[in-house]
Amino acid sequence: MNLPKRVALLVTCTVDQLMPEVGVSTVKLLRRAGYEVDFPMEQTCCGQPFFNSGFRDEARHLAKRTIAAFAKYDAVVLPSGSCTTMIRQEYLHLFEDEPDWQEHARRLADKTFELSEFLVHQAKWDPPQPTESRTITYHDSCHMNRMLGVKEEPRQCLEAAGCTIDEMAESERCCGFGGLFCVRMPEVSNAMTNEKLRQAEDTHAPTLVTSDPGCLMQMRGLVDGKPFKVEHLATVLEEMTR
Amino acid sequence: MTATMHEFRHSAFVAIEDIQLQSALEGATHKFGTGRTDALAEVPEVEAMRDHFKKVRAATLSQLAHHLETFEKNATAAGTQVHWAATGDDACRIVLDIAQKHGVKLVTKSKSMATEEIHLNQVLSKAGIEPVETDLGEWIIQLAGDPPSHIIAPAIHKTRHQIAEMFTKETGQQVSADDIPGLTELARQVLRQKFLAAGMGISGGNIMVAETGSLVLVMNEGNGRLVTSTPPVHVAVVGLEKLAPTWDDAAVWLSLLARSSTGQALTIYTNIITGPARPTDPDGPQEVHIVILDNGRSKLIGTKYEEVLQCIRCGACLNACPVYREAGGHAYGNPYSGPIGAVIAPLLFGLDKYSGLPHASSLCGACKDVCPARIDLPRMLLELRADEVEQRVLPWWESMSERAAAFGLANPGLFKYGTAVMRQLQRPLAKGDKLNLPGKLNPGQSRKTPALAKRSFHDIWQSGELDNKNGGE
Repeated sequence: MNLPKRVALLVTCTVDQLMPEVGVSTVKLLRRAGYEVDFPMEQTCCGQPFFNSGFRDEARHLAKRTIAAFAKYDAVVLPSGSCTTMIRQEYLHLFEDEPDWQEHARRLADKTFELSEFLVHQAKWDPPQPTESRTITYHDSCHMNRMLGVKEEPRQCLEAAGCTIDEMAESERCCGFGGLFCVRMPEVSNAMTNEKLRQAEDTHAPTLVTSDPGCLMQMRGLVDGKPFKVEHLATVLEEMTR
Repeated sequence: MTATMHEFRHSAFVAIEDIQLQSALEGATHKFGTGRTDALAEVPEVEAMRDHFKKVRAATLSQLAHHLETFEKNATAAGTQVHWAATGDDACRIVLDIAQKHGVKLVTKSKSMATEEIHLNQVLSKAGIEPVETDLGEWIIQLAGDPPSHIIAPAIHKTRHQIAEMFTKETGQQVSADDIPGLTELARQVLRQKFLAAGMGISGGNIMVAETGSLVLVMNEGNGRLVTSTPPVHVAVVGLEKLAPTWDDAAVWLSLLARSSTGQALTIYTNIITGPARPTDPDGPQEVHIVILDNGRSKLIGTKYEEVLQCIRCGACLNACPVYREAGGHAYGNPYSGPIGAVIAPLLFGLDKYSGLPHASSLCGACKDVCPARIDLPRMLLELRADEVEQRVLPWWESMSERAAAFGLANPGLFKYGTAVMRQLQRPLAKGDKLNLPGKLNPGQSRKTPALAKRSFHDIWQSGELDNKNGGE
């Protein structure tokens, strides 16, 4: 008997509160790929905002909660490269002085995946032959690209779903979000976003896709009046593979 | 000079509004950035070379005192006079003493970040000695009275029109902004007279090579060769971390330095100075002095920040940094700008004075990617932020709101209740998926703030509508 494969969704606080439809799309995609999806209700935030601001104790506390909430699952999937990086890499740094927790963190790190990475490497995702095609341009979120090294996977998923990728000049250039950076230094942050949007506009693609809710929120905040929309990877993949 | 959060923002805003500066910054950083990529691509196994270089730098720093002593011994044997300066003030005093001992009135200088760091020009001027910068970019900013805005292209913020105007004012000669060779020629005429008249030349130093006690200086304009060989006295001010134990190490250093900074395989001039002129030499200085500058560096050894001393000041991180590319160099409030400046200015000159710099980063990691020594600058920015929390450098209200938010997020009941209250409160302001906040209350300024979604994912999940039988697939 083939037991259904089970994964837990770590939806991230940003998706949870600001763009739950991204979470819904993620659930649908995972189910279509043959997974049973569970959602531990006690999850809130992975602690990254506090870690990035230097509030290590607060970050550790939230990290411990997250580790506990997902301990019993075989795999954890996130629709965010940045939160995946937090769990996969920064938790290990956070618990350098607490070997027991570092061990727990390592176990969670080993089974935690960003969505596109999970689809490509774990699920061996093979969606039905696409019926429509769509041109998009893709923004590489910084942590996902540089720290996780996940650059090709979202593109592979998008192409498998029928998207043609029109690359912008510097897809890896930061969108200006940077967590609290966008609030602490809005002038610089917005200038960075405008540069990103300008490069996206140059491609004439009607959709700018990214895998991180933070980048999405940032770019949506300044995209009004531009001839394209900004969408999350999960949303686009889900729509294209219905 | 300082760079608090407010000061950084203000200065960056001025830079962002300056269309000419923006286009100069974007153009130059792009040119340097692609130049670097292309130049490194020519080196077989360049990634292995970077790994090797990192190991060399780390190993050198772990035995720095030993290597510095070897350098001093060999440099002294070659006739160089080695001085140790614990602080910037000490270094200035040493240089001034040498100048006064020789009755020097005019000093020519080649480009040096270390002397910018210790404000040597101001000290010399105050003592009645005229320092003349002879690197074209440095001369331009000296005439303008500006600090450098890029480690290797200090006058990146000046347009040719501004430069033409300054040159005309300085020399009394009319010169067109469109005549770039004419501008350069004019600078050349003025500076040539200074080279011949100077009583002392001051340089920085790219590498001190311990095994022979030699100083390596790289440049593209050749001015440094005149600075270090024409006057009877040459003084070099060099940070104590710029040390290579052997020539093999220095060779790797040079291979990466020019490629990373200007995209050249090698700079036009590479000077190696081992002591003053020998009796049989037709020219060269009678005295060579090297002032080894500490100024807060040695206290980083053995700390979590030691790695930052691996920096060779190539400037690649500036060109890659999306914050620097918008904000420019002056926002950093000290000669070291960009990601490396954001880390070393708080460490060398005080975290309280440069409290804005650890936050002048989106932690995108582009700097670490391009660093020839792979210095983990984002990690050090994170450490500095943690130090700020520990040392209470952050304003109280910020600490309080961070802690309150963390407390709320750690308590699902409170989190659910809190976000429900916020959903009610935002109703008069919410317009679609954005909040319609009045200008001054909008934290993102021109960027719209997202509204909380009508229902959280938690609510949607709990409602059961995502269950397989209800069409959740």
